Amino acid sequence: MTPPPSARVIVGMSGGVDSSVAAALLKDQGYDVIGMMLRLWSDTGTHNRCCAPDAQQEARYIAGLLDIPFYVIDAQDHFYQQVVIPFINGYTQGITPNPCLNCNRFVRWDFLLERAKALGADYLATGHYARIQNTAAGPYQLLKSRDADKDQTYFLHVLTQNKLSQTIFPLANLTKKQVRKLAEEYALPVADRPDSQDLCFVGQGDYRDFLRKSSPSSMKPGPIIDLDGKSRGEHPGLADFTIGQRKKLGISSPEPLYVIRKDLKNNTLIVGSREYLGQGKFYVDNVNWISGEAPADPIPANVKIRYKSREVPSVITATNSNTVSIQLDSPLADITPGQAAVFYQDDFCLGGGIIRSE
Amino acid sequence: MNNIYLDYAATTPVDERVTAAMQPYFTQVFGNPSSLHRFGQQAESALEKSRRVLAGFLGAKPSEIIFTSCGSESDNLAIKGAAFAARQQSRANHLLISPIEHPAVLNTANQLADLHGFDLSFLPVDKYGRVSPTEVQKNLREDTFLVSVMDANNEIGTINPIAEIGGICRERGIYLHTDAVQSGAHSPLDVNSLNVDLLSLGAHKFYGPKGVGALYIRSGTDLSPMLTGGSQEFGQRAATENVPLIAGMAAAFELVQVEHDQRTNHILPLRDYLIKQILTKIPSSQLTGHPEERLVNHASFVFEGVDGNLLISILDGTGFACSSGSACKTGDPEPSSVLTHLGYSPSWALGSLRVTLGKDTTAEDIDSFLNVLPGCIHQVRELKS
Repeated sequence: MTPPPSARVIVGMSGGVDSSVAAALLKDQGYDVIGMMLRLWSDTGTHNRCCAPDAQQEARYIAGLLDIPFYVIDAQDHFYQQVVIPFINGYTQGITPNPCLNCNRFVRWDFLLERAKALGADYLATGHYARIQNTAAGPYQLLKSRDADKDQTYFLHVLTQNKLSQTIFPLANLTKKQVRKLAEEYALPVADRPDSQDLCFVGQGDYRDFLRKSSPSSMKPGPIIDLDGKSRGEHPGLADFTIGQRKKLGISSPEPLYVIRKDLKNNTLIVGSREYLGQGKFYVDNVNWISGEAPADPIPANVKIRYKSREVPSVITATNSNTVSIQLDSPLADITPGQAAVFYQDDFCLGGGIIRSE
Repeated sequence: MNNIYLDYAATTPVDERVTAAMQPYFTQVFGNPSSLHRFGQQAESALEKSRRVLAGFLGAKPSEIIFTSCGSESDNLAIKGAAFAARQQSRANHLLISPIEHPAVLNTANQLADLHGFDLSFLPVDKYGRVSPTEVQKNLREDTFLVSVMDANNEIGTINPIAEIGGICRERGIYLHTDAVQSGAHSPLDVNSLNVDLLSLGAHKFYGPKGVGALYIRSGTDLSPMLTGGSQEFGQRAATENVPLIAGMAAAFELVQVEHDQRTNHILPLRDYLIKQILTKIPSSQLTGHPEERLVNHASFVFEGVDGNLLISILDGTGFACSSGSACKTGDPEPSSVLTHLGYSPSWALGSLRVTLGKDTTAEDIDSFLNVLPGCIHQVRELKS
């Protein structure tokens, strides 16, 4: 993909080294680069970590070093509606939502992209570690970063063909190490911002405190029982636990116990030994296929059920255009409703969706 | 960068004749004006010449002009200085200001009320942001020591009837301060016809350098110094005088007076054309501030249902630098408190735009701005929030 130089590109800047180097590279390539940061919603009395005053100041300073314009655009209401409310509702419904996915889908590659276009931009660029490839005839493809440790396609599987056609990832072929080196060459600060794949809107606070206010039912103490229905103690709130979790249960037992299920109706946490945990088949909703089309037949693919988990082999069957069933070759213990399942074949990210509650 | 600058109320470029006037005082005539030797005397001579330039045009005595670091400092000194002197001497405790003053006045007065127990009250303003002399008359109290009403508002350009307000204050023996930072570039200011006791100026609003301002202090006005130390500036402000910047301020102020008619004749028709075109071309638009009693270079508007911050960003991306009362670099838009005071609802107040012209603004600049503005506003209105 070679967009015409001199095209106008909006770079989402965080003040961190990745987006700064992304902006520097584009500028070097002759693009008309504008830096932008979104002012996102944050809990009362806190700063959203993605746009805190020090992050803004750093981004402004870097934009100055690069001699590019920089604007902060207000997205607080939009972010609250599209990211925070689904996050609260998700926990209320007993799932473990991933707000970064909604943020990428509805805030960065929608709200920001639209405003980028209003600023006359042809493309939106970010400092993500991922690659976009397209051939003359075929559709745009999303590929893993050259830096396997930093690959962020897990969060980018929500991108459609239309969005990919307007997106540039300047760090596509770089490793984090190379990015740091480039930052030094460009004489840019090399500080990392705290990882943006995190709960930016609860400030420095604990997401559980936030939920206690905004979703009280998800943080209500309740019983812990085992699979035989025997009482095993009390939990501080279902939102504090995910499927497969072993730590923090506060139960002394001869064999290790794990969270097997959450019974939302009775606010009960169900625990059991590891053997009851495995799950070989699960369903995924809100699926986005990068190609724009669901495969007609079952396909073999590796699947990733959390950002930092390893890929496991599976067979994926599209049940309709945005739902799939996934049959794992061997069961996984920590399949968590609300998190994303993302599908890969080698380096190609095929798409992904949200793991369904049973 | 070929962007067109239409934000002269924020600041102005330094006139090249002004930078030339400043040059000798960096390296050649570098002495400390307080020093006894020839180096000091030469610097002092430049300082006193500058003071006489300002005094002359303002109708003041040289000893009534002191130089400060900026308009905000002048406001601080005028208000705090008057407050602390009043407390010490007459026990007067009441301070009366307009609610749409520049933050340099507003927050200074608020601090006096919050931290030092002064009694602060606000004058009503009409829909154009004007203070009525009758209201001043009504709101003065036995223990009022100072009234502060800005000469012209930075955000909406409205000019206040300072001379009449001053007349009322004078009768009651109460000081009147006016923040004339915005009007310094445009109106011939005469402290006697304005009936003011304290008047603040900042050089960078009239093609002078940043970092220098002045305060007119009518003889006999009691002010406690705020910056204590040496006895510079008649004991009203310690610190070695910044001679190059002061010389620059004087040169720039002189040019304002000498070229006043020429500048006004150039800017005023452009501004009137701009206002008329915008109100005609853009649906759901209103002029803010007074239609006639306003700064000659100042045009300010509100557009319903527009994110002013985004509008300014898009205009900048298109090549035009303007500002907005609600726009803020940090992306936290608040409806401007000035517009809220004037009764605009948030859906209007959030969409404010200030276009301020300069002596070098051309008709072509205005035409090209008018070519893009309606489209930009349409675009912002179309974006779903």
